[in-house]
Parts: sequence; structure tokens; C-alpha cells
Amino acid sequence: MVNKIWGTFIVVGLFYGFLTGRMDIMNQEIIDCGSSCLELFFHMFPMMILWSGIMKVAQEAQILSFLSKLLRPLFSLIFPELKKDDPALEYIASNLTINMLGIHNASTPFGLKAMKCLQEENPKKDTASKSMITFLVLNTSGVTLIATDILAVRSSMGASFPTDLLLVTVLATIINTTLALLMNAYLGRRGS
Amino acid sequence: MSFVALGNYLLPIVVFLIIFVALYKKVPLFDVFIEGAKEGILLGFQVFPCLLGMIFGINLLLRSNIVTDFFKLFSPFFSYFHFPREILPLAIIRPISGNASFAMMIDIFKNYGVDSYLGRIAAVMQGATDTTIYVISLYFGSIGIKNIRYALKAGLFADFITLIVSILLISFFF
Repeated sequence: MVNKIWGTFIVVGLFYGFLTGRMDIMNQEIIDCGSSCLELFFHMFPMMILWSGIMKVAQEAQILSFLSKLLRPLFSLIFPELKKDDPALEYIASNLTINMLGIHNASTPFGLKAMKCLQEENPKKDTASKSMITFLVLNTSGVTLIATDILAVRSSMGASFPTDLLLVTVLATIINTTLALLMNAYLGRRGS
Repeated sequence: MSFVALGNYLLPIVVFLIIFVALYKKVPLFDVFIEGAKEGILLGFQVFPCLLGMIFGINLLLRSNIVTDFFKLFSPFFSYFHFPREILPLAIIRPISGNASFAMMIDIFKNYGVDSYLGRIAAVMQGATDTTIYVISLYFGSIGIKNIRYALKAGLFADFITLIVSILLISFFF
């Protein structure tokens, strides 16, 4: 599936660029892509290393297990197929907590770790398990309580009340996450 | 103290709490940190090929302008239903690229105003959802999942709901 999406992006993009006579731009994009990716990577990489280290400390100090214990009632509802003390839940709890605070680069190592734990229990290694998809939905529906970056832009561009959207955004997050989880449960039961 | 300033406190507070509790529990802090950081390096190298590949594909699609052109074509249809069509390109890009959609949100702020109807919808949409396709490819790519089953369907459904919900909420509250 990822294969098809990726291939479609490239083929459609290049073909449309050819049709509309934007080949010079497409050419430049192919050349520049590596360095723009490297730029993002250099931005992310130290953050990942730093937060992997801090995450290990948090784990050793039993903060992660404390977090997942707090969220346990919610988790048994969302991940009925996982054991109550599944190690993946610790990482999922930390990933969600940091996402709620709107620190996305810092949350990625936790998310990747969670996926790795789920993969260990996955019977078919090349196929996504139900809990993996549920975690993904939880992640992409974006459980954000404070979107720090958007707040910063809105205030710098002279919004009269930069924080007036905070509650609406939280409300939108709650509604879309709930609906997405319901849809996810339905799709999971259908087992497509 | 404003909420924006509050944003600056989050990260330091998180770091402080973790290190403080670990210090209190007599965890061999620095050794454990270094051990975890080494894992982070491996993680980073594992993720890099996924990142490069996705950025390559996504940028080729976006720079060809096909997405924006596509919606220009359908604009009469949307204006007939009083749907704020100016928001559609953002809605399409949002699940594909976080950076590109962030830039588009700022564009909408510039063109229509931060406190405008469209500006508010754009801000809520950007904040209330995450980059579905990017997350799918990064997370599944890192553990070698080939068959993602209904993950894309479920993720895009969440994005679609967010679009509808942001428009409804902003129309209702402002």
C-alpha cells in the first residue's frame, strides 16, 4: 500500500509537471530533494538522540509505567486486544502525552519504540496488526491540547486573541479522535 | 502571563520533572541517558531512508501543482454549496505534509487575516490533526510493515472528520 501511494505520487507529479511545462521545476526538485531532507534530518536527529536518552531515564525512574498506569482505563477501552501491562502501552502513553503538549519532534522516538514493541507480538511481520493501526489513528487524529507552533504564528501575525482557538481546537480534537476510533473499531471488526 | 509564554514553559517543565524524579530515585542518570541516546542514533539512521523517500515523493507531487489546479477546476461546485473552498487545498495537503500545510496556513493568514473565518478554520485544522501519510510511512516503514490493511482509510477518515468539524465549530462559535 505504501508502495502504491509512493509510486503514484512520483508518477503523477512528474507526468503532470511534464504536461504543464514545469519540467525545470521538477528537475530542480529532484536535485534539491536530498539537501532539503538532510536539513530536516539534521533538525530532527539531535532531538531524537536527546529524547531517546531522556526517555530511557524516564523509563528507569518508572515515570513511563506511572503514565501508562494513569491511562490504563482508557487504554483497555481503546486497545482491548493488548495485555494490561504490555510494554508498548508505556511508550504509547508517553507518545500521547508529549503530543498533547504539541512537541512533535520529541514524541517520534516514543512512537517508533511503541511500534517496535507491537511488532514483537505481531504474528505476521509484514502485515499491520490491529493495535498498530489503532495507535496510528490515535496519533494521526492528533490529540493536541496546546498547539504551540500555531499559537506562536497567530500571535506574531497580530491575532487579537491568539489563544481564543485553544478550546475549539481541543473540542475538534476530541470529536475527531472519538469518531476516528469508532470508525477504526468498525473497520477492525470487518477485518479488511 | 499569556498562553504563548506558557508554551515556552512546557518543555523545560517536562525535562525538569523527569530528571528530578530520576535523581530522587537514585537512577544512575548519565549512564542511562547515554545508553538511551545510543539507541536514538540507531533509530535515526533507521528512519532516514524512509524520510528521504517520502520527502522525495511528496515534493514531486506538490511542486507539480496538480493538487491546487485540481481544486480550481471544482471551485464552482463548492461555491454552489457555500463550502469555503479556499480551505480545500490545505485540507488535501494536511495529511500529506506537515511542513507544506503549515506554510499554507500562514498563507491563508496573510491573504484573509489571522482572525478571519478562513484563518480560524485553517488554524484549527492544522492543530487538531496530524500528518497521516507521513506518520504511516515513518512508523510502518521503520518496522518493515508492507501490508498496512485499513490504516490509510482510518487515518484519512480522521482527517476528513477534522475538516468538517473545524468548519462547523468555527461557524458556530465565531
